[in-house]
Amino acid sequence: MSDRLFNWYRFASPQAFYPLAGRMIPWFWALAALFGIAGLYVGFLVAPTDAQQGEGYRIIFLHVPASWMSMFIYLVMAFWAGLGLAFNFRLSGMMAQALAPTGAMFAFLSLWTGALWGKPMWGTWWVWDARLTSELILLFLYVGFIALQSAIDDPRRADKAGAILALVGVVNIPIIYFSVKWWNTLHQGSSVNLAKSSMATVMLWGMLLCALACWMYSIAVALMRVRRIMLEREKDTLWVREELAREAS
Amino acid sequence: MIYWNSLADFLAMGKHGLYVWGSFIVMAALMILEPILLARSRKSLIARLKRQYRAEKLDNHHPPREDNP
Repeated sequence: MSDRLFNWYRFASPQAFYPLAGRMIPWFWALAALFGIAGLYVGFLVAPTDAQQGEGYRIIFLHVPASWMSMFIYLVMAFWAGLGLAFNFRLSGMMAQALAPTGAMFAFLSLWTGALWGKPMWGTWWVWDARLTSELILLFLYVGFIALQSAIDDPRRADKAGAILALVGVVNIPIIYFSVKWWNTLHQGSSVNLAKSSMATVMLWGMLLCALACWMYSIAVALMRVRRIMLEREKDTLWVREELAREAS
Repeated sequence: MIYWNSLADFLAMGKHGLYVWGSFIVMAALMILEPILLARSRKSLIARLKRQYRAEKLDNHHPPREDNP
């Protein structure tokens, strides 16, 4: 076994990952704050008004990052859940469990900011169209995952049941993403894709910086939560006792 | 560089102040609340575990698992 492979597996154990995560958290908080301040500065103070939507369009700097994160976190959560199902890594189930509440929060924020954007632009808080409904289903999938996991006492069984739910739910992600293409919806199409962007450069920068801030935030919060889950689940092991004895507070 | 002429303009957001700030405040509040709640629950968990370990030391019926993988 090569050294590289060895190191990789080493950090897959909670015992090795716990202190590593603890050292990374402050850096991700710093990056989140930095990107957040820069993104809000550009989006709310520098970017000019939108010709069609007036100032209301500035919700884009909150709505799009929240929506992206709600979908991306789900994919990452399902990835970890699937890894746990296939290989039974202890870390996988913990990571999936740690990501779900943050994903649910972003799904809620996507719907909330979307409703507050829809009211002035479309004249309604909510319509049952494809984009909005599939995002609502995403929120329900997160809530279902959390509820299912917390209803099963044995963590290993809870991980397995949650993983199956998470993997089945992945089908919803492309439905959300492509809903504006596949169906006629009130929701506008995507402003940004890999090939081109229909946005002004300043606006695009503001949005990307806010998205990066949400990304760093999600990593920081997920690492905080996974550390808490590790202590809770492994409380009967020697390493948790030693770790807590070391942390004086 | 800054687009706004006055603070009042900035707060009014055209006619969309309610919607823009309603979005911003809720998002900011949740993103501040989540880490605070996490830090608090971590503290209470650590306190609970330490109490548990002390109690186990006293009656010594549950020695720690040594088969730590």
